[in-house]
Amino acid sequence: MGSHTDLSSSMDERIAARVDALLSERLQSAIAEELSRQKKRHVRRLAIIASKGTLDFAYPPLILATAGAAMEWEVGIFFTFYGLNIIHKDKSKRLEVAPIGNPAMPMPMPMPQFVTALPGMVPMATTMIKSLFRQHNVETIDTLLASAVESGVRIIPCSMTADVFGYKATDFIEGAEDMCGAASFLRFAADADIQLFI
Amino acid sequence: MADGEATRVDRLLDCRGKSCPGPVIELRKAVRHLDAGDVLEVLATDKGAVPDFTAWCEETGNTLLDWRDTNGVYTFHIRKDA
Repeated sequence: MGSHTDLSSSMDERIAARVDALLSERLQSAIAEELSRQKKRHVRRLAIIASKGTLDFAYPPLILATAGAAMEWEVGIFFTFYGLNIIHKDKSKRLEVAPIGNPAMPMPMPMPQFVTALPGMVPMATTMIKSLFRQHNVETIDTLLASAVESGVRIIPCSMTADVFGYKATDFIEGAEDMCGAASFLRFAADADIQLFI
Repeated sequence: MADGEATRVDRLLDCRGKSCPGPVIELRKAVRHLDAGDVLEVLATDKGAVPDFTAWCEETGNTLLDWRDTNGVYTFHIRKDA
């Protein structure tokens, strides 16, 4: 009698172990399948805030945005404060770089920081950086902007700062969207996989 | 793929001299004009081209068949799968 009970309980254990193993195997393959299906369907989103209006800071948002678009991502840049100059028809052609307060900037010769405050230093640094970029085949801001628009990057001007600086919708490049405020952009950014403030 | 074995190439893309993000922008445009299964040969000199093209292929679901470095000129073979 005792041996019969032992036999059936050991059978039960073996059945339970086998069922567990089968179930976990099935579950794992179902999860893997679902994950790969979701990965295929999910379009990544990149939300960038461009807040600076110097030549050196115009590059990172445009480079990252166009690279993201090249990977078929959905990309939007919110241009706010000085960043508006990057998409301003006239000002985007005259972006400059300031050596003052930037000891990391490569200079033709070592110079103390106070010298970088002298008149003429900003145009000099700008010319220098532009020629450095040209030597290394870095795209111009114009070309990157055109690439961004062409590849479907959303160019979103901030309405409040545009108003403060006196910029009109027509001052911005072709392809710029209607101006909007922080709430609209935050809604776009809330569903983004990557959010960057530059 | 064994050395010297020829890859069937349907289209060529020359990105030599272009720097980041130029090559991936050009790559996307070129791949759009291919049919599924077509192979694109890309030339590039950008130092980041190998990791960037690898990432691009993984991200877009296309296949990087092979690449080689010939004195700083990279040659890639990319098959359109997506």
